[in-house]
Amino acid sequence: MFYRENGQFKTSYRADQQIFPITQDRIAILALLVVAFVVVPSLASDYMFRAIFIPFLIFSLAAVGVNILVGYCGQISLGSGAFMAVGAYAAYNFFVRIEGMPLVVALILGGVSSMLFGIVFGLPSLRVKGLYLAVATLAAQFFADWMFLRIQWFTNYSPSGSVSVSNLQVFGFSLESPFAKYMFCLVLLAVIALLAKNLVRGAVGREWMAIRDMDVAAAVIGIRPMFAKLSAFAVSSFIVGVAGALWAFIYLGAWEPAAFSVDQSFKLLFMVIIGGMGSIMGSFFGAAFIVVLPIFLNQFLPALASVLGIEISTAGVSHAELMIFGGLIVWFLIVEPHGLAKLWSIAKQKLRLWPFPH
Amino acid sequence: MKLRKTVLAVALVAAGASVLVTGNAFAQAKEQFIPVLSYRTGPYAPNGVPWANGYVDYIKLTNARGGINSVKFSFEECETGYDTARSVECYERLKSKGASFVQPLSTGATFAITEKAPADKIPVVTVGYGRSESADGSVFKWNFPIAGTYWVAADAIMQAIAKKEGGFDKLKGKKISLVYHDSPFGKEPIPLLQERAAMHGFTLTLLPVTAPGVEQKATWLQVRQNRPDYVVLWGWGVMNSTAIKEAQATGYAREKMYGVWWAGAEPDVKDVAEGAKGYNAVTMQHGYEPNSKVVKDIQAMVHAKGQGTGPKEELGQVLYMRGAMSAMLGIEGVRAAQERFGKGKVMTGEQIRWGLENLNLTQPKLDALGFAGVMRPVSTSCTDHMGANWARIHTWDGKGWKFTSDWLQADEQILKPLVKTVAAKYAAEKKLAPRTPADCQS
Repeated sequence: MFYRENGQFKTSYRADQQIFPITQDRIAILALLVVAFVVVPSLASDYMFRAIFIPFLIFSLAAVGVNILVGYCGQISLGSGAFMAVGAYAAYNFFVRIEGMPLVVALILGGVSSMLFGIVFGLPSLRVKGLYLAVATLAAQFFADWMFLRIQWFTNYSPSGSVSVSNLQVFGFSLESPFAKYMFCLVLLAVIALLAKNLVRGAVGREWMAIRDMDVAAAVIGIRPMFAKLSAFAVSSFIVGVAGALWAFIYLGAWEPAAFSVDQSFKLLFMVIIGGMGSIMGSFFGAAFIVVLPIFLNQFLPALASVLGIEISTAGVSHAELMIFGGLIVWFLIVEPHGLAKLWSIAKQKLRLWPFPH
Repeated sequence: MKLRKTVLAVALVAAGASVLVTGNAFAQAKEQFIPVLSYRTGPYAPNGVPWANGYVDYIKLTNARGGINSVKFSFEECETGYDTARSVECYERLKSKGASFVQPLSTGATFAITEKAPADKIPVVTVGYGRSESADGSVFKWNFPIAGTYWVAADAIMQAIAKKEGGFDKLKGKKISLVYHDSPFGKEPIPLLQERAAMHGFTLTLLPVTAPGVEQKATWLQVRQNRPDYVVLWGWGVMNSTAIKEAQATGYAREKMYGVWWAGAEPDVKDVAEGAKGYNAVTMQHGYEPNSKVVKDIQAMVHAKGQGTGPKEELGQVLYMRGAMSAMLGIEGVRAAQERFGKGKVMTGEQIRWGLENLNLTQPKLDALGFAGVMRPVSTSCTDHMGANWARIHTWDGKGWKFTSDWLQADEQILKPLVKTVAAKYAAEKKLAPRTPADCQS
């Protein structure tokens, strides 16, 4: 009834090529931005900022990056954790070694380093495909683990191999309060997500999708596989690198290579698969599912148990959390193999007809 | 009529709920809240569970003894799974409930929380672990590695080895290998061991083991080729029993192996039992203490009433004692704070920080708490946040841990300059000004 594009006539190419051609979508996105920029900051507590929203934003950013590579270009990668690590350690080195380095520049340089690293480890994609590529990108993960554990230069010769940053500032504003951290991550995410959305709608994005759907056919119609694949690796690892730097700088503050272990790579891949491959929106759903759901379960289960009058131990809660979380993953994948983003688009389709069944 | 009834019922429920809520709030106001970060699941659970049981049991014991000047303690456990990101989430969650002090129980989490604690005004207590340079209270205002750090542990091991050889001068030309968990935890002892190696002229070989440490064939092959005179094992969780099994397979004498205190508890050796006979580990003061008064008290006042945590048979095990001692040191910080800022009041994080900094646990006080024979007196100050640098060595005899050394004191001549330089480097990196004497008074 409300969600219908009837009567919205496009009179120019420009109008037809907007990101959100339907008025209701534009209103919804604007409302979402208002919620993110105004409503959430005025309502959320410190805990919500620090433990829920900031990790969610950072992982959404990383998932957008991985989605470009895996979802749009079809190159399965298990090296995302390594790209995050390279972003984080490169940003750290630029930040610590160069006097007066501004934070934003350090983050971008971290992203650029990660991009170069990504291109190098994307080279196997020119020869190997699918699961074999996943195994090849795993090499990036092990290489990064080794590099940051063994080469002391990267960790500024800290005896324990753990590094830290503090007194972060952006244009003279201190990034110490949770609110400032949240806003910083949100602005970066909004800008990069917008860029990514436009990239995947444009010529480059179409090349990626053509390669994903059938690389031989794509090559026949004149798409250069090398350029398409390596550009996907470059863009993806840039975004993932920036997300890694944010994770280290903003969320952890002090970190060790284990913060970017192979677990992180798996998590990011699951986010993309559960959220929806080939959908920027899906990256957000996936990040919410993987980051927020376990924490929610961890707090909701004891509350539920106490309402029912049962007492469960801390270990019991965390076992139950893992079981329910695993169960939900299986359930979602059975119900909708194309991810949460597909559910979202089905809901939109239904909404168009609502309240009439046909 | 029906509507009125519903309205009435809703009003009643709401009133009841609000009473409950205010009642809770009142109860909270008189209680000192302790966040408990523990890991009862995951690869390190065998070591995490006894620690958490001891920690929680001691808090319960304090309440059973009537609290500190009638201030009772409340606590909430949060499962971290030894994951740094999850630990930070737990810290943020429990912090909002008014945390007195926090014990991160993981080196990674200690590093992350160290950066957050000064802003949140919550003392970080790391009993025997964490970052060793944080013993320098003039730089690390909020960190308290009370009663020992990894550097103390490493130095005690070196002294035990020197004693076995008949003096430090006999170490010249010897070969010592450090088999370590490849993480900040495992790398902690390296600066101290290198210092000792340079002083006494032994060669130190570093053999990292990738976490979690189930695959050590390559490492022990190197041990076999290199034939070191001693192996120092800086292991953790499943890595320890694997290392001992590999030593057995390689034929390396267990008597020549010295573990850190995370590698010196029952879960580490009980799978190997006889095979681990003769294996040594440093303990930060206490060992297996089922006969100590504090354990007897916990048995009588907590477990006998059915409020205990974990199985009764494990009371007094090494890591259980570690948990109990960690809780005790934090709670004694609260007591010291109360003595200055008002008895019977709930203390803030800042006040407890003062208490931890001015801790003076004399022998009579320890005896009263039931820690007679378990540990030595601890006294902290503004510059020294560690307060004691004693350790002992205990040896696995196939069935239990037995002390095999006297009290060993870490050499301050080596420790102090090392702590100072590394802490100064941290301060320079962070552009921290050292604390002024006036700051120490407050």
